[in-house]
Amino acid sequence: MQGWLLALPAVVLLAAFTHVPAVSTIIDSFFSTPHGRRAAVFVGLDQYRTMLADPIFWLALRNNLLYALITVPVSIALALTMALWVNGRIKGRAALRLAFFTPTVLPMVAAANIWLFFYTPDYGLLNQIIRAFGFGSINWLGSTSTALPALMAVTIWKEAGFFMVFFLAALQQVPPVLYEAARMENADAWTVFRRITWPLVMPTTLFVAVNALINAFRVVDQVIAMTGGGPDNATTLLLFYIYQVAFSFWDTAYAAALSAVLLSVLGVIALVQFFLLDRKVHYR
Amino acid sequence: MISGRLIKLISTAVVWLFGLIWALPLLYAIWAAFHPSAFATNFHLLAPLTTENFRRAWSAAPFGRYFLNTVLLVLGIMIAQFVICTLAAFGLARRKFVGSEVLFALILVQLMVTPDVLILENYRTLQSLNLIDTLTGIGLPYVASAFGIFLLRQNFKSIPSELDDAARIEGAGTLQTIWRVYLPLARPVYVAYGLVSVSYHWNNFLWPLIVTNSVETRPLTVGLQVFASVDQGVDWSVISAAALMTSAPLMIAFLLFQRAFIQSFLRAGIR
Repeated sequence: MQGWLLALPAVVLLAAFTHVPAVSTIIDSFFSTPHGRRAAVFVGLDQYRTMLADPIFWLALRNNLLYALITVPVSIALALTMALWVNGRIKGRAALRLAFFTPTVLPMVAAANIWLFFYTPDYGLLNQIIRAFGFGSINWLGSTSTALPALMAVTIWKEAGFFMVFFLAALQQVPPVLYEAARMENADAWTVFRRITWPLVMPTTLFVAVNALINAFRVVDQVIAMTGGGPDNATTLLLFYIYQVAFSFWDTAYAAALSAVLLSVLGVIALVQFFLLDRKVHYR
Repeated sequence: MISGRLIKLISTAVVWLFGLIWALPLLYAIWAAFHPSAFATNFHLLAPLTTENFRRAWSAAPFGRYFLNTVLLVLGIMIAQFVICTLAAFGLARRKFVGSEVLFALILVQLMVTPDVLILENYRTLQSLNLIDTLTGIGLPYVASAFGIFLLRQNFKSIPSELDDAARIEGAGTLQTIWRVYLPLARPVYVAYGLVSVSYHWNNFLWPLIVTNSVETRPLTVGLQVFASVDQGVDWSVISAAALMTSAPLMIAFLLFQRAFIQSFLRAGIR
């Protein structure tokens, strides 16, 4: 009885801001958007039919899948590489660790503005460097082919250092005996990595991968700060599209249907995590 | 032997180059912020240093107010989270009740479905509570944090329950037991959770952007965005200065307490 009472404030708040809105989002997606005095009416699957015919939705979904497919593995690979470097006996480890980790502490909006400057056409640093190598200037955020990769770079830059920390902790758990044994056997660096390091950091890799995946479907700050979804919706991602439909177009029912899609994506990730990772994660 | 050394030297150089590239966007912003606009994209070793850009950013937008809002917001959220999550975590860890397992599973749903995914419904809820454009409104959806409950519950479970009994024999009630026994023993977890919470909400953007529409409530991130998107004549030096300014407190804290930060993120992440 007392247990319930203690949990009550948290339960009420969680229900009010997570469970109830999740359910009512799904319910709303089967109704029309109320306009003025015209109340919402039940329209069945109409919103979803609109969605299937909406090219921007498909583009947002495609962009988001690409975003996840590229940023997750690249962030992980870079994070593990950085961790291996910083964990080794390299000179200036502390400075390197600082360089890798500091982007993590910045607010995404600040990082986005810093990168906006970095990407500026003509005189931005990136274009200055490119020109020094004899190439022409590129309008990174202004062209449909480079805008999305340019945003991905910011995400990777912000995330890799954060994930590095987890790999660093995992590497320090590897028993040194294993490396000594490998040295006795004259194993080369690649074999050591493949046979010792990689299997032993696997649980960390999975943990980081799931987190990176969730993050990839919640990316929105840098879209708002850097491109506003443009050019030509080339950088529109799911959550940004929801934000736009809900708060710029005020088509609330359609936004609810889009949110339902995002919820189911996150639900699928949760299931994957549950079946794939649960042996490593103890919710005792 | 010599080739081995050479390889080592080259690989060190490669790593260093990579580190430099990684730091480049930030270094570039720092360069621009501390030099007159004329040198923003123009590199001279002898370019004069200045703090003029910071002064101009500070006077061009109410950053003082934004700072105050953010500080009030992150501290308010942290304290409320500590109270609410502690109670729930203690109840779940130490007072077994019917349905506590199911309840815990339901709580964990929030790890996946964070409030920023449900912006529309949560906005309506705030509207009906009359909390739009208030700091309370920004913080409220985050106060009951599944993550905090999870972290504290895990830790509370590792505290020997004999201490509970001892406290009860001494005549302490539940709240007193929490205050006297659990809080002190779980202090490192509170430090870790506090750091993670403060850095998360210092940086949070989408939800405050939606909820606020006045200077009196806007946190730094939203203020920075409004400042940078209202045409500043695209003076990158001033925008860089503003971006650095909004990140500075967290960055300085991180530089000073690097170990504590990293330990906290680890403690919070590894479960």
